[in-house]
Amino acid sequence: MNWTEIFRSGLSTGTVLLIAAIGEILTERSGVQNLGVEGMMLLGAMAGFKIAFQTGNVWLGLLAAIAAGGLLSLAHAIVTIHFQADQTVSGLSLTFLGTGLAMVLGDGLTGQTGPVIPRATIPLLSQIPYLGPVAFTNHNLLVYFGYLLVPIVSYYIHKTRPGLHLRAVGENPAAADTLGVNIYRTRYLYTFIGGCFAGLAGAAISVAIAPGWYSNLTVNGQGWIAVALVIFAHWNPWRAALGGYLFGVLRRFSLDLQGPRLLFGLANPFFFNTNLVFFLQMAPYFLTIIALIWGSSAARRKRIGSPAALGVPYQRGERGL
Amino acid sequence: MKIPYPVFLKRTEDYPKWLPAATSVAAVLLAFVISGIILAATGANPLKVYSYFFKASFGSWGAFSDVIVKATPLLLIGLGCSLAFRMRLWNIGAEGQFFVGAFMASAVVMVPLVNLDTTPRWAIISLMGLLGMLGGSLYAFIPGILKAKLNINEIIITLMLNYIAVLWNNYWIFGKWSESGFQMTKTFPKVAWLPRLADYAREVPAFSGMTLHAGILFGLIAAVFVYLVIYRSKWGYKITLIGDNPRAARYAGINIARNTILVFMISGALAGLAGMTEVSGVVHRLQERISTSYGFSGVIVAWLAKLNPFAVIVVSILFGALLVASREIQPSGVSFLIQGITLFLVISSDVLLKYEIKWVRPAQETAQ
Repeated sequence: MNWTEIFRSGLSTGTVLLIAAIGEILTERSGVQNLGVEGMMLLGAMAGFKIAFQTGNVWLGLLAAIAAGGLLSLAHAIVTIHFQADQTVSGLSLTFLGTGLAMVLGDGLTGQTGPVIPRATIPLLSQIPYLGPVAFTNHNLLVYFGYLLVPIVSYYIHKTRPGLHLRAVGENPAAADTLGVNIYRTRYLYTFIGGCFAGLAGAAISVAIAPGWYSNLTVNGQGWIAVALVIFAHWNPWRAALGGYLFGVLRRFSLDLQGPRLLFGLANPFFFNTNLVFFLQMAPYFLTIIALIWGSSAARRKRIGSPAALGVPYQRGERGL
Repeated sequence: MKIPYPVFLKRTEDYPKWLPAATSVAAVLLAFVISGIILAATGANPLKVYSYFFKASFGSWGAFSDVIVKATPLLLIGLGCSLAFRMRLWNIGAEGQFFVGAFMASAVVMVPLVNLDTTPRWAIISLMGLLGMLGGSLYAFIPGILKAKLNINEIIITLMLNYIAVLWNNYWIFGKWSESGFQMTKTFPKVAWLPRLADYAREVPAFSGMTLHAGILFGLIAAVFVYLVIYRSKWGYKITLIGDNPRAARYAGINIARNTILVFMISGALAGLAGMTEVSGVVHRLQERISTSYGFSGVIVAWLAKLNPFAVIVVSILFGALLVASREIQPSGVSFLIQGITLFLVISSDVLLKYEIKWVRPAQETAQ
């Protein structure tokens, strides 16, 4: 087994989860839970691939993906913030809507090849032993974008004034309202931003990590895994990064288990019985369940909760929580 | 920019009795209109698609029988979801429970658990039904207990279990139970088939070719059962109370954890039974594509029916028609699109039930 390759691939597949999870963290921090990440990612993946394919310009594709995810998220924002509908059901219908839209608009794209995000090697940093070849060599640019995103968003949430407002709106909207923070505008804004990130994450699949459009199999549950990752990460970008990359590495590792004839000196069952591969394919989903159980119980032990107003619609003058 | 537009919502509890039904109907109609616009934008002729749609699903008795066949799993799953949603338990795992139910029912034939030559047909079918329900309910026990004991988000757990169930089935149909390398089991012997209308074609010639099977009876019985539970039993009242006001329920001494697990298991049992009817009544074998995302459509069915068991019957027939028609129309995502838009419109229209809407001119607002 090639460990460098496993870690490298872990970082690049983890980037998808990382981007989507960070978007969802921003949304949930404002008190809105958007379970439609899967749908927004699928629409983003379709839009990104379609525009990149049609214009030949991958950057226009990325812009289209960001816009698509953001626009779709506005449907959730209107329904949950203005109409005060149940956020769970709205998120689910967003997934349906995104899936349907992506399948209809992406009709005929299957099997095509389009431009992809260019790869780059960072000078100097790629010379670091062990870390260099894994983290800074020949990755697509979105992976490096992911590295930058984590500290920036973390700083923004915890150390800046708008970040403070964001947290206040998610924890105690009534108090934030009395301080003059516009709850509705804040929630719209971060739901939209979360959607943009989800769209970008979708495009990260379709024009970078696994280029192409495979209809509704393109995203294949990664949006849901990202939602679980947010809980595992306790709404913290650093932990989301850790979780996302770990997830990517473990997934690649479990797929590579099929390769060798011998595993730790024993006959490799996955090599000799190819049907056992289905159990390896279950790994990401089992991992998600374990991460969720672990994350939730750790949160309870350390008394870290979800944003207090998560999922609660806000209306002025009504007793909220 | 002032975002909360000048509209004033007044919370209200009383609305006319016909309003919920009217909003659902309006939502469906509007969904067709909006989808039509999107279809037109992609270059298709929406009127042609819809008239084709109608013909493919209600054009003949044979087509209608196909619609009922598709409606059967939706009905069972929709009922299970209605029960769970009453308690605000988001069982999105019907798809997985459906697959496990189908697997358990198939095990009766494939292992085989009984001697297929000597056991009477009714016993084999009953056993398949019971095991299907057992499989579904045990599979739903996992999110149930995690929710009840550790308060872990059941949506994500049930979704992950969906993927796992599909892969688990694949393991069997690609491997152990594979029919000479094909990705399906052998066809079940006739004793494991649910009776179909076509079986009586000799007595009633009109039935020839009709695929309608006895599974729909399970669905109708289940509808009555869920109705009685929700509206006529003390337990149903407790479930609704937990859903509406968990704090009050706790003060009233209701054991929320136990009810969470129980409701999850009943919901799963109905989905598992749906899986059994699909393998025993329709495909007569276990294979990869036994579900066209029934589990997810069931969620929408339940919501569109406003969690009312008898309304679930009507809505599942409508969605059955959608599924039958969408087998033949391109592009293939249209039915998803219509379902998504419908659900969105339904939940948005709920605002009409909860609030009285008054338009307020900005000048008036500043005067307040």
